[in-house]
Amino acid sequence: MAQLKDVQLKISAVKKTKQITKAMNMVAASKLRGAQNDMEGFRPYAGKFAEVLGNLAGKAGEDASPLLIPREEIKNINIVLCTSDRGLCGGFNSNLINKAARFAKDCAEKGIDVSLTNFGKKGRDWARKAGYTIASEHLGIIGSKFGFNIASISGGTLIEEFLTGTYDEVYVVYSEFRSVARQVPVLKQILPIPPIEQEEEIEEKDTIYMPEHICEPSADEVLGQMLPRNVYVQLYSAMLETSTSEHAARMSAMDNATKACNDMLENLTLIYNKARQAAITADLMDIVGGAEALKG
Amino acid sequence: MAGNITVEIVTPEKVVVQEEAKIVMAPGELGEFGVLIGHTPFLTTLKLGSVKYEDAQGLERQVFISGGFAEARPDKVTILANSAERRRDIDLERARTALERAKKRLEREAREDIDFTRARAALERALHRMQLAESKRK
Repeated sequence: MAQLKDVQLKISAVKKTKQITKAMNMVAASKLRGAQNDMEGFRPYAGKFAEVLGNLAGKAGEDASPLLIPREEIKNINIVLCTSDRGLCGGFNSNLINKAARFAKDCAEKGIDVSLTNFGKKGRDWARKAGYTIASEHLGIIGSKFGFNIASISGGTLIEEFLTGTYDEVYVVYSEFRSVARQVPVLKQILPIPPIEQEEEIEEKDTIYMPEHICEPSADEVLGQMLPRNVYVQLYSAMLETSTSEHAARMSAMDNATKACNDMLENLTLIYNKARQAAITADLMDIVGGAEALKG
Repeated sequence: MAGNITVEIVTPEKVVVQEEAKIVMAPGELGEFGVLIGHTPFLTTLKLGSVKYEDAQGLERQVFISGGFAEARPDKVTILANSAERRRDIDLERARTALERAKKRLEREAREDIDFTRARAALERALHRMQLAESKRK
């Protein structure tokens, strides 16, 4: 009889867990929709920005901005690590952290000083434990709603520190949102700004006759103003992608958990029924046995 | 004049304006400029101010922008604004509180540091928003 009670307790426990995972799944799904909307909203700006910058890149001189010039000796780098604040989202955070950890280790072996800018608590906790210098940490941003100014403020700080020589290179590790089922951790260099790809179709457009842009105040000046903003755009898009990925990862993790709960419930119910049947049989045997004994 | 030009105002948050216009005026870094269809390719930085355009019905529209970039092509003007609001969407209350906050901050610390520049920029933004929003009420 004791076994029956145990199984019953376990069944109710699993049922409760299932309720939670199911609720989390639905919350993540609705947040995912919100995050995807934000991403969609940003896309026209990012696309147009890249296009204009690509147009411009060919015209301005190579040394138009110190943000473009690679340093000869790399001594200090900063990694902007975007993770989520909360767990229960499968391998999402550990994938991102692994990516950053591997890179940080490679750099450290070459004698480069690594510091981190953390967006998200999970990455911050890792950096603390691994003993890396944390230049700054921003919690409560990834996974919720945030504006462009967050990217421009921390981007501004990074640019300033790059220019004053605190860092020789700045990288960002974030999760690229490929689809609801697929998020890929990505490492990207943001400072110095890697060579900007020029627009490919320029040749074709020329056949319709498209004269060169007139720039005001000058190509170099416009580029000089656009480049820092390009850093913000990259950062913002990394943050948006990570946010969206987090919700997607949580949604599928919780979906799996709910499925696992269902499997367990099925098994447990089977065990419960078997045990119940066995108990009934044993009782019957007792009664029959008792009746037989009285007859005798 | 032959035809209309497409005007597009986009911010990092969303596309604020996307429609046909007869003429577009924008506050360039070196002065206000106007764009008609067939404009030569042109690229400039923008300062804080308002973009004005005449829509297909000939009504004048105004949009507040807080700086950015503009690219003109023969058939299209794209404005990449740091932030933008149509005149009717301006939140006057918010602008007023922002103005007060910026004023206070400026009085308190009359120094030339980052906070100071930021507060001044906020002040200018708030002032311009209010001017634009109130111009309609007259």
